[in-house]
Amino acid sequence: MSLTAGSRPDGTRPPAAVEEPTAAVTAAVTKARVPRKEGRAGRAEKVPLKVRLRRDRTLILMTLPVMVLLLVFNYVPLLGNVVAFQDYDPYISSNGITAIFHSPWVGVEQFSRMIDDPLFWSATKNTVVLFALQLVLFFPVPIALALVINSVIRPRVRAVAQAIMYLPHFFSWVLVVTVFQQIFGGAGIIAQTLEDHGWSGFDLMTNASLFKYLVTAQAVWKDAGWGIIVFLAALAAVSTDLYEAAAMDGAGRWRRMWHVTLPALRPVIALLLVLRVGDALSVGFEQFLLQRYAVGAGASEVLDTYVWNMGIQNGDFSYAAAVGLVKGLIGVCLVLSANKFAHLLGEQGVYQK
Amino acid sequence: MSLNTQLVRSLKAPPRPVWEEEPSKAGLTAKSGFLLLCCLGVLGPLWIVIVTSLSPKPVIDRVGGLVVIPQGITFVNYTELLSGGQVSRAIMVSVGVTLFGTLFSMTVSVLAAYGLSRPGSVGHRFFLVTMMATMFFGAGLIPTYLLVQSLGLTDTYLSLILPSAVSVFNILVLRAFFMGISPELTESARIDGAGDLRILLTIIMPLSRAVLAVISLFYAVGYWSAWFNASIYLSDQSMMPLQNVLIQLVQKNTEAPTGLQQAVRTGQLSPLGLQMAVMVMALIPVAVASPFVQRHFKKGMLTGAVKG
Repeated sequence: MSLTAGSRPDGTRPPAAVEEPTAAVTAAVTKARVPRKEGRAGRAEKVPLKVRLRRDRTLILMTLPVMVLLLVFNYVPLLGNVVAFQDYDPYISSNGITAIFHSPWVGVEQFSRMIDDPLFWSATKNTVVLFALQLVLFFPVPIALALVINSVIRPRVRAVAQAIMYLPHFFSWVLVVTVFQQIFGGAGIIAQTLEDHGWSGFDLMTNASLFKYLVTAQAVWKDAGWGIIVFLAALAAVSTDLYEAAAMDGAGRWRRMWHVTLPALRPVIALLLVLRVGDALSVGFEQFLLQRYAVGAGASEVLDTYVWNMGIQNGDFSYAAAVGLVKGLIGVCLVLSANKFAHLLGEQGVYQK
Repeated sequence: MSLNTQLVRSLKAPPRPVWEEEPSKAGLTAKSGFLLLCCLGVLGPLWIVIVTSLSPKPVIDRVGGLVVIPQGITFVNYTELLSGGQVSRAIMVSVGVTLFGTLFSMTVSVLAAYGLSRPGSVGHRFFLVTMMATMFFGAGLIPTYLLVQSLGLTDTYLSLILPSAVSVFNILVLRAFFMGISPELTESARIDGAGDLRILLTIIMPLSRAVLAVISLFYAVGYWSAWFNASIYLSDQSMMPLQNVLIQLVQKNTEAPTGLQQAVRTGQLSPLGLQMAVMVMALIPVAVASPFVQRHFKKGMLTGAVKG
């Protein structure tokens, strides 16, 4: 930190009453820069807002573009959710937004429609089942992979293995689904080989009952390698002294893993679990949309794709917005409660209290 | 030390600490087998896709589909696809959207990250909270769609860039990195009379090359891989980016991209070879770019996660 008008070289601060006018007057008279002070000191400083605004105007200007973008594309649409309480008709007015002011209000009718809608419930069921399946089958994979990679001590082998495992994360879902189709699909490489040996009709991509395992496998192929990164970093931070002390006390390889490595990973695991649970209702939107035609809507419909189908495909905007709103609200509740739960367990969670 | 000994040294295992027991033969074999299997699981499919895209039509016909063992090489699929027509145009669209989008996203993100990284500045706490709140809720597909439509962005390339231009996570990573740069550097520049913009451009950014590379890659991959926005906001087929053309070709089982259907029907080109060539072109940019940035990933991911 710099030496400022208010603080002395030894770090002590003069009494506030003396400091306040000095800083403000200096700034006003000589137009010298009023220093920013970090943390609480910055909030307590009694420099007039006008002076501080002039001092920080560049910073505020720099932040503005992002703020405007977020305002327009995140906050304004939030208000647009009022269409969920209307019978919205986009053609009632020349513009989609002004149409909101002309559409009739119907109260909670869209929400009561939802309760009687079997398709909505089947989409909800699919969402929950797929989330649970991914939690069980996907979540532990990066941890296991990280433990294996971490036990490799040759730096070059590590780097190459990591580079290869990270790769699929950067492929689009279109590519991932296509790769799977070329391997497990009706014209894929497995079907080809089987056909050469007299078995025909192999096609995993259109099999509705196996679909949930298929999409989980796709998720693992795409993102499990990338998931290693966070765990590896946590593992690198574990002090070797702990391992050495454990070894001195007679702990073998597996006991060291159980008593040293895994506890070191606990905060990271808790954090990722919270994030995962908070995101529970948004399982693989793009992934399922891409496979909708192959496997049928029955198996692949989740809440997100249902919103897309009802709103954008069928034009029932109000109903789709109502479904989206319910999904969003439950999502926020899930994040908050998962975080609360993490706090109760003594972990840090996503944000502090 | 010559390059050669350096290489040998990096291939040899570093010494094991004395307290660690020697690994068993069986364990080592199992471990290397497992790792090899993982790598094959990633590279195998890519190999098949690339080999098929390079195989001549007779080979593809003889094998009856995807080619695993290369038998003859031809670039005809690529030259045909790149000599104008649907796919060439889609590549131009994807490259353009990725370039301009990444440039735009990086500009606004770096500015905002710096603007919020100076402690004690007016309103930075409010801005930060407003920004981070958007990480916990989405406005929903329908309202966003209606908004983009009534802003008149549909059927323009802006609809592929603006709605997804800002990633709050990326800004937080950048901000955390900027805050970690020692304040002595910026303060001394300030005493020499540099303003905030100058400090950002001449001090902060040159010191943050690693994280800038990682975040640029994240943004670029996002734009390159995106297809959903194009599918709902664009109606003109000739404006579609590469991913959407790939969907049409593979998912909806179109024979061949428009312009090449004649050549496929007369048996000059294999539809499968063409499909695989489009796929290779869609994956090459990311497959080439990401390993270069790899060594910075950990830094980039973690500064954000820790200081959030």
